[in-house]
Amino acid sequence: MSVSASHLFTRSSASIFDVSHMLQTNIYGRDSIAWLESMCPVDLKGMPEGSSSLTVFLNENGCILDDLIVTKVNETSLYVVSNAGRIDTDKRHMLERAESFKKSGKDVNIEFWDVSHQALIAVQGPKAVSILQKLTNIKLDELFFMTSKVGHVAGVECRVTRCGYTGEDGVEISVPSKEVEGITEALLQHEGIKLAGLGARDSLRLEAGLCLYGNDIDESVTPVEANLTWLISKRRRTDSNFPGANVILKQIKEGVKKRRVGIRMESGAPARKDAILKDFQHGEEIGMITSGCPSPSLGGNVAMGYVREELKKVGTELLVTIRGKDIPCIVGKMPFVPTKYYIRK
Amino acid sequence: MALQRCIFQATKQYIARTSFHSNFKQSYCELRHKFSTKVPRKFTDRHEWIVVENNVGTVGISNYAQESLGDVVFAQLPDPGTELKAGDECGALESVKAASEIYSPLSGNVSEKNKDVENKPGLINSSCYDKGWLFKIKLSKPEELNDLMSEEQYQTFLKTDTEETHT
Repeated sequence: MSVSASHLFTRSSASIFDVSHMLQTNIYGRDSIAWLESMCPVDLKGMPEGSSSLTVFLNENGCILDDLIVTKVNETSLYVVSNAGRIDTDKRHMLERAESFKKSGKDVNIEFWDVSHQALIAVQGPKAVSILQKLTNIKLDELFFMTSKVGHVAGVECRVTRCGYTGEDGVEISVPSKEVEGITEALLQHEGIKLAGLGARDSLRLEAGLCLYGNDIDESVTPVEANLTWLISKRRRTDSNFPGANVILKQIKEGVKKRRVGIRMESGAPARKDAILKDFQHGEEIGMITSGCPSPSLGGNVAMGYVREELKKVGTELLVTIRGKDIPCIVGKMPFVPTKYYIRK
Repeated sequence: MALQRCIFQATKQYIARTSFHSNFKQSYCELRHKFSTKVPRKFTDRHEWIVVENNVGTVGISNYAQESLGDVVFAQLPDPGTELKAGDECGALESVKAASEIYSPLSGNVSEKNKDVENKPGLINSSCYDKGWLFKIKLSKPEELNDLMSEEQYQTFLKTDTEETHT
């Protein structure tokens, strides 16, 4: 299947993505929660057991070292999934922090799961959950978006988290590597589910307005500039004790100079990473595209980029330079395609 | 008799097609052209093809190139009148996963672009050697044609090229 066909199939049916390249980390010990909160602006303390959250590792300037999904397994253990491209940075960062934590007499242990030991597959799309339900003892109608449970899938003990990177309903399944083929084959026995690749995953996440680390967020931006201010939880704002809190809280209060926005083009060549954005009237440089591609679901093109704060409003007309030509585009509302998460009502 | 011949022809074509599909992963359009084009098709190492008749070259991309690109959703082609040197970047093809530049195989002046492809870029995937041609160019240095690869040389090139990238 082509990337577009696979993309559309995911939106209308279901796909399995092998995302085992991502870093899975198991954290345990009495002070696990305090340890992760010392690196991220998430309110783990306030989260129920078995729930998950998107958060970010921050440096002392409040800039983003990586984004990750953390699951509060219970009061003394956490499960983290972070980016493959940041494996070395993440490992170093977590180990350094754990070391200094331990020195002050606290209890935290970090266990990185190697891909030869633990695999991760994402099952995404409107039919994903109904197909998976035939193979698991986990009651999926009780497993809401951003919650996680351990149970059996095709007879194998797995961790199933209701999340994903496509904007569709679906799950990610953490499974011992030696069992991952069996589970994948068992899923593929059903009608309406196919394998998909990372090309389709990229266009799906873009339509869903989700950031790709290294493109849309990196060490040069804060969550506020990245339009991810919602990641700074209320309690942590009050406590003001996460890395770069002074910078970030000041930005929340006083504003920022640039902001991540969605960019939409109804037709023409797609704007891709590093394309220059210009002001529509004067052709002055006002920002840059961080990722973009043709949109299989909508037609035309979708992209993300950073623009000057005063130009962030949805509907603002801009120009984007593609192969030397300035082409009109507009600031578009994200997600470009409505998300279908299974949210507790 | 006519019907018999027709069925015979169809079977022969089918066998040729399926065997080629499995052996060389060549598309039907490629095969059809292999047997129907009188003027030899020449190839560049950037996977463009050109067929020259009466000093005008028709340019497109190879089957290998269209397969690697995936569904082409946008084609930016050089406008008639554009003066090009061999190897000049003169347009681009966009698929969901990537943009791929088009380079002119030979020097000359663009005489026509394929507007059908601009309106329906999918023609490049469905018919890369026929309806999916990109532009025509009036050659200023016809002798450059000798620098390009023949069909056979290109097939060999593809083999060595893919082997190199996979090791």
